[in-house]
Amino acid sequence: MKLPIFLDNHSTSPMDPRVLDAMLPYFVEKFGNAASRNHAFGWAAEEAVENARKQIAKLIKADSKEIVFTSGATESDNLAIKGVLEMYKDKGNHIITSSTEHRAVIDTAKALEAKGKATVTYLSVDKYGMVNPEDVRNAITDKTVLISVMLANNEIGTINPVKEIGKIAKEKGVLFHCDATQGVGKIPVDVQEMGIDLLSFSAHKIYGPKGIGALYVRKKNPRVRIAAQMDGGGHERGMRSGTLPVPLIVGFGKACELCEQEMATESARLTAMRDRLQAGIMKEIDEAYLNGHPTQRLPHNLNISFAYVEGESLLMGMKDIALSSGSACTSATLEPSYVLRALGVGVELAHSSIRFGLGRFNTDEEIDYTIKKVIEIVTKLREMSPLYEMAKEGVDLKSVQWAAH
Amino acid sequence: MAYSDKVVDHFNNPRNMGSFKKDEDGVGTGMVGAPECGDVMKLQIKVQNDTIVDAKFKTFGCGSAIASSSLATEWLKGKTIEEAQKIKNTDIVQELNLPPVKIHCSVLAEDAIKAALADYQKKADSK
Ligand SMILES: Cc1ncc(COP(=O)(O)O)c(C=O)c1O
Ligand code: FES
Repeated sequence: MKLPIFLDNHSTSPMDPRVLDAMLPYFVEKFGNAASRNHAFGWAAEEAVENARKQIAKLIKADSKEIVFTSGATESDNLAIKGVLEMYKDKGNHIITSSTEHRAVIDTAKALEAKGKATVTYLSVDKYGMVNPEDVRNAITDKTVLISVMLANNEIGTINPVKEIGKIAKEKGVLFHCDATQGVGKIPVDVQEMGIDLLSFSAHKIYGPKGIGALYVRKKNPRVRIAAQMDGGGHERGMRSGTLPVPLIVGFGKACELCEQEMATESARLTAMRDRLQAGIMKEIDEAYLNGHPTQRLPHNLNISFAYVEGESLLMGMKDIALSSGSACTSATLEPSYVLRALGVGVELAHSSIRFGLGRFNTDEEIDYTIKKVIEIVTKLREMSPLYEMAKEGVDLKSVQWAAH
Repeated sequence: MAYSDKVVDHFNNPRNMGSFKKDEDGVGTGMVGAPECGDVMKLQIKVQNDTIVDAKFKTFGCGSAIASSSLATEWLKGKTIEEAQKIKNTDIVQELNLPPVKIHCSVLAEDAIKAALADYQKKADSK
């Protein structure tokens, strides 16, 4: 077993060597511009791009003509939301989204709000982080042009009832954008069955290269139109200009193909490993609380709050395992995770949270090591924690008058 | 963010971690911070003849907060009450090489020292 161990697969993932192999010829040998219509260099590039487009579309049950390449999910989210708002401004300017979205969605909505270009409803979620489809229905007005709700959350892994939301969107004639960055390639996605009109995702979360993503834009029932956010040569059917990064696209395509072929076995393997990790920790550590939904959850996600110990110190004590925490001490803003807060997790427990993100290349041995390390460090830090000491003495921490600074 | 070697050392080998009984003679206890802020520091001193003969801490907080309180106990031992009053958070920042975002962890340690000294004083005065 090699250290450090990478258990932060929600942030990004290592590239699959098979993806790299597919990409390599497109740097030096087949370097053409896919938009060059008049020579063999261009044709080879175009063929590679169109093949990748098919592989990508297949993974989400779309048509390859509905795939628009972007630099990643952040750009896809921006393009979808700003593009729809601009295109449909005669209909209205109201957007419905949720409070646990990624910042690529929330901050886009906030920016539009601040500029007076949109009014936004941020739906609250239940204690598992799930959006209630009926809340979506009730928030729709005759000015609503877009619903933007994520497929699966990047911190807690909770999977939203996207199909139900899609049905309501269709019923009401409102477009539905879904940030599926964490879900695509990990759980089945079907834009038809789920009633999704626009879908964002990114290659680097699914063992592909960084710097390439896609926005699915529905072509039929209804035909969705978006205003381009960048002027230029009119690539990607006028929706996103710029010379296509052929090697990245080829890698993205290969990554999608591998996910499609291996999803069933891989998700079963990761679920078993994740459950073992969870059980191994919970068995030994009292007052460890699962954040997110117990079952409607991504197969590779585990998010736990360890009462009485602070997240950053936990990470520091497990230096040879790459993890992430919702603690304020790990964030630039010194605010604990807004996602956990949105579920109603107390601020103290938000500070104490650790996110485990498993991936294709993790092994059982690494999980065993992680269980051992987590138990060790939580025990050690609780020994060091004045809060744990007080709790053991029977002091109700809520009743204490803290000298806040 | 990378931690300085000294922070890592204090974190891995905390000095004087533990507790005295609060009502023990000559013991002053300072508890500062709040769980909602993600940091709570408990610092205790044991005083004999105006000199701090022993010190202990327990901290809920980030690695820098733990290191700051561990260092504080090291510095407190052997100092007189008057000398202890002079420990500044900036001394801790310098010694541990804390980056700007972690300065508040050192402020907390200074507050904890002050609170422990005040508690000791209060107990001494009420005798
Ligand atoms: C749900 C979600 N949306 C969007 C993004 C942004 O993706 P990218 O880094 O590809 O722009 C992420 C990545 O952290 C994500 O998890
Ligand atoms: S205790 Fe939060 S940054 Fe130090």
